[in-house]
Amino acid sequence: MTTDMWISLLAGIGGGALRVGVPFLFVSLGECLTEKSGRINLGLEGVLVLAAMAAFGGAYLSGNAWIGVLAGAVAGGLLASLHGALCSLPRVNDVATGIALMLLGTGLAFYLGKPLIQPQAPQIPAIELGNWSDSSSVRAALQINALLPVGIAIAVLLWWGFARTRFGLLIRLAGDSANAARALGYSVNTIRLVATTLGGMIAGLGGASLTLFYPGSWNEGISSGQGLIAVALVIFARWSPLRCLGAAALFGGAGAIGPAFQSVGISWGYHLFNTVPYVLTLLILVITCKPGSVAVGSPGELSSTR
Amino acid sequence: MRESLKDILLPILAIAAALLVFGGFVALSGVNPVDVWVILFKGAFGDWFSWQNTLQRAAPLMLTALCVVIPARAGLVVIGGEGALVLGGLACAALPYALPVPDNIVGTCMVFMAGAVAGALWIMLVGWLRQYRGINETISSLLLAYIAIGLFKHLVEGMLRDPASLNKPSTYALSEGIRIGGIGGSDVHWGLVLGVIACLACGLWLRQTTSGFAVRVVGGNPRTAQLVGLPASKLVLLACAVGGASAGLAGAVEVAAVHTNANASLIAGYGYAGILVAFISRQSPFAVIPVAILFGGFGAAGSLLQRRLSLPDASVQVLQGIAFVLILASEALRDMDWKTIISLPLSRFSGAAPAAATSTSNEGKTV
Repeated sequence: MTTDMWISLLAGIGGGALRVGVPFLFVSLGECLTEKSGRINLGLEGVLVLAAMAAFGGAYLSGNAWIGVLAGAVAGGLLASLHGALCSLPRVNDVATGIALMLLGTGLAFYLGKPLIQPQAPQIPAIELGNWSDSSSVRAALQINALLPVGIAIAVLLWWGFARTRFGLLIRLAGDSANAARALGYSVNTIRLVATTLGGMIAGLGGASLTLFYPGSWNEGISSGQGLIAVALVIFARWSPLRCLGAAALFGGAGAIGPAFQSVGISWGYHLFNTVPYVLTLLILVITCKPGSVAVGSPGELSSTR
Repeated sequence: MRESLKDILLPILAIAAALLVFGGFVALSGVNPVDVWVILFKGAFGDWFSWQNTLQRAAPLMLTALCVVIPARAGLVVIGGEGALVLGGLACAALPYALPVPDNIVGTCMVFMAGAVAGALWIMLVGWLRQYRGINETISSLLLAYIAIGLFKHLVEGMLRDPASLNKPSTYALSEGIRIGGIGGSDVHWGLVLGVIACLACGLWLRQTTSGFAVRVVGGNPRTAQLVGLPASKLVLLACAVGGASAGLAGAVEVAAVHTNANASLIAGYGYAGILVAFISRQSPFAVIPVAILFGGFGAAGSLLQRRLSLPDASVQVLQGIAFVLILASEALRDMDWKTIISLPLSRFSGAAPAAATSTSNEGKTV
């Protein structure tokens, strides 16, 4: 391999980390908020796909990418609130409901998104950070999704909110000890419903960044498990919104390995490289989980961490 | 096993409600819901042709549902049956590359064994990760399903590819004698018999044998299992092996009866539909048989919906999603008596909300 190829390969992976990582960031922040309230939402996979479709549809019909972003957030919030409402019912398990929402969300997205496979929608503008460089691949890599700063802001806001605000404290209370929250006269179900819905809206932004930024089209293979990886990402980030930033960048980089290799003409193992994020997720779970003990920082009421 | 009228009626009501909601949904997109219901019924159970189509699809659904049911009885929510299915199908198609497989019924048994073993090992990995590394099996099984699909595509497009398969990368076709054909000249292949036998065998195993009982004890109450000295981890691995073998067989059936070789058509979502079948069956292998036939019917009607009413091919997926959500919601009614259930729509969340709603927490919930 020549130096140029190395540069474009590394730029591809680095740029991919920034690009592919954005959806991961939003979904993991959404999942983080949901899980902090003591509920797990495996259905974020469905939320992500439905929001991606809604965002694309919204942008296509209105001609404005930002209306699309809004549509994605609303669609995500609606589907997630269904999860929140179902889980509030007695005897309804949040893991099973999540699986159901995953099926429903992807089904709805494929059904409603059928006419959207062909057309082009307006895109979220890119922020050019690479103009200092002569290399075109570096410049292409440093075209940042305008939603990335929004994601960073949400991460900081969540981090600050959990630590400093009454609402953040309530969410953590509901997540760590539902009985304590009840004793103080708060409705745990309401808190979790709000947290789940807000989490779905944040994840919906991730869906918007899937379809409204490079390469920016709607198709049925758009997500393939990114919403699920978010569940593991949150464990890896130990339920800290700020650590979600690093985790999302890592997974974005891992997800970009396959396309980066292909862009420099190495097509062997394309499908294998595409499984790197999943393998990485498993490895991280192997490293961070210990049998019989609860992960550091995990909310006490979470059903997935025994 | 206590099965009351409610256990049977609630899912039926939920599916009926799902059909109603789905009708409302298609009505929003300008299609007459009555037409949809009629075509769903006709496409699924209307004539012998539809029945053949339905039963053909029911076979893999039974086998993939078992991949959820059996681990669930040991206390695991495994949702990655799709991974075991594709690897089972791949192993089935790949065995003749490695071994001289005779071109007769012995060869059929060999390739089916290969499929079952591949599936069993894959899902056992899920059980092992949970028992020995403490990793949530729901997440790991789904991640492994994506890894399995990547592996499948890599091998089918690479090492195991038949060079003659140009547009659609496939393995070499299984030779004539190994394939399984239709029962009595129909389109319904012997996989259906295999599926029914597997469901009955698993049901009897859980109900009548000591090891099956031990698996249920581990799933029902791990603490008790520990106290009476059951080897919980081994039983979990056993349950995973049985479930995985079943999903692997589903892949082998699809290869040996439908596609004749392993290609991307195997990744058709049977693993995910199997989750739904398992949940509606309330994790009973016997109940899987009729539920799989019902959902095989919905699947078969899907293409008719597409052709007659030009609905998108994802329509059936939407129907399945709605059914799943309503089935889960119907769980909430299980604790109530019929009088309360009937008066529920009347009371409209007034002060008479059921007491159970306020007193539950995560501990009381069942999967």
